[in-house]
Amino acid sequence: MTHDLVILGAGPAGASAAITAAELGLRAVVLDEQQNAGGQVWRAPSGVETPGDDGARLRDRLRVSGVTRAFGRRVWLAERGFTVSALGPDGAEDYRAPALIVAAGAHERHVPVPGWTLPGMIGLAAATILLKSQHILPGRRVVVAGVGPLLLLVAAEILRGGGEVAAVIDANRRRDWFATPLALLSRPDLAGRGAGWVTRLLRAGVPILSRHALRRIEGTDGVTRVFAGPIDADGTQIAGPERAFDCDALCMGYGLQSSTEVTRLLGARHAYQARGWAPVTTAEQLTSVRGLYACGDGAGVQGVAAAPLRGQIAAIAAARDMGRLSASEAENRLVVLQARLGRAARFGEAMARLATPPPNLVPSIPAETIVCRCERLSRADLDAAITQGAVTVNDLKSATRCGMGPCGGRMCEYAAAGLIGARTGRTPEQIGQSTARPPLRPVALQALAGSFDYDSLPMIEPAPL
Amino acid sequence: MATTSTDLRMAHASRGRAMQFRFDDGVVTAYEGETVAAALLAGGVRRLGANPEDGSPRGLFCAMGVCQECIVLVDGVLVEACRTIVREGLVVRSAA
Repeated sequence: MTHDLVILGAGPAGASAAITAAELGLRAVVLDEQQNAGGQVWRAPSGVETPGDDGARLRDRLRVSGVTRAFGRRVWLAERGFTVSALGPDGAEDYRAPALIVAAGAHERHVPVPGWTLPGMIGLAAATILLKSQHILPGRRVVVAGVGPLLLLVAAEILRGGGEVAAVIDANRRRDWFATPLALLSRPDLAGRGAGWVTRLLRAGVPILSRHALRRIEGTDGVTRVFAGPIDADGTQIAGPERAFDCDALCMGYGLQSSTEVTRLLGARHAYQARGWAPVTTAEQLTSVRGLYACGDGAGVQGVAAAPLRGQIAAIAAARDMGRLSASEAENRLVVLQARLGRAARFGEAMARLATPPPNLVPSIPAETIVCRCERLSRADLDAAITQGAVTVNDLKSATRCGMGPCGGRMCEYAAAGLIGARTGRTPEQIGQSTARPPLRPVALQALAGSFDYDSLPMIEPAPL
Repeated sequence: MATTSTDLRMAHASRGRAMQFRFDDGVVTAYEGETVAAALLAGGVRRLGANPEDGSPRGLFCAMGVCQECIVLVDGVLVEACRTIVREGLVVRSAA
């Protein structure tokens, strides 16, 4: 299937890029793993849509835009040129286009804690999906832990849904929330909502432990109790009473990081920018690879207000760069969008800054704690390899299999890199990212073989004896 | 298997048509549009499988198809419970 433009991801950035591409007359296709547009943040509800809701509006606009929507697609390979290979309901498919916009979104950053593999321990982002899209509580009595604005959102939603919040455990101080005046002034509506969440929690008598982190999680077949202790501003554990909370669920997360596997696989240049790795782009979302654009949280976390603007900018730049839009017309549109993006991005980046784990949390992980969940590797296992000379995440992967399990390192790479840094003093740039390899996500070989033909195999003449 | 009295579904939310599916030896009630993982959690099932390395219990973790911890068997194929939408009569087995 050949198009003018392939867009990966139908979240706020990708779907907006698709709508703009269609307006500009491009034949575009947008692929997403989910059954509908909206990404994680504006995920379609399992029941009835709320009309006028941001996600519902986006889905409506995309539906009437004329863009080909390919949902339920698992992208496992992307090659320059560009060819995107996906597995869909009808089997293996290849999508080809001279331009590719990657709007891959973000996934959660985790700081391993003893016991964090127990069922009942879910990510904060997972909790928002359960609460907002499925209208299901993570548990009856829930502890919410980590850092950032999602803590309060999740805790407040659990209360609203009729659940009990045993405690909120926050690596920040509460007043850090109000220490970003410029950003809050740019979105007073959202700042007000944050204050509302705090009020609701305090009124319900929920203990909010500031400058605390989880020490360990207990349970046999699932979480039954967690222990929290005080930390300093850097995340170092300090003396003080440990507090225990009985619970049947724990939601924990330490902010979002860009999902960069597609742009890495395509060989785009990446840089460690403030809080994580992201593809390097121009102001018009163009990566270092000609024809490859990256937008939304997958191109550096700037949040949901910035994402649609970044998507529109990418689509306009792509249309111009392939000669389908005049430079002057593109410029007129880009100027307006860039002005709006500035404000949205400042707010989003301030929120992302609040959702950054303090630097010493990872170095404080106890030795026996599982870091790589898939391969069951503990900190001690990784430290042993680091001591023997593993100084990059790729070294650590070769030495221990850390990050080589089904999740592809997405759950552990942040912590693994932090452990290398703690022991060697190397910078994130020196430690690097792992090399992206296909398949980008686990796929059944049987399903891929559907597009495979023995006759197309180049057969080499047997060597003469 | 849990009944609606221990259900984690929020009371006020609108739900689709009720249906039932099998998980290992039990029958689970779900509503149209729910994922297998969400329906199981709502019904009180936290443990979905085990880590193949050491058999430690695992369950829903990222809920967005990334972590691969909620892998279950549907029609003999490994799928993520968090990305599989329930269907009437679905037969789901834990993978380990």
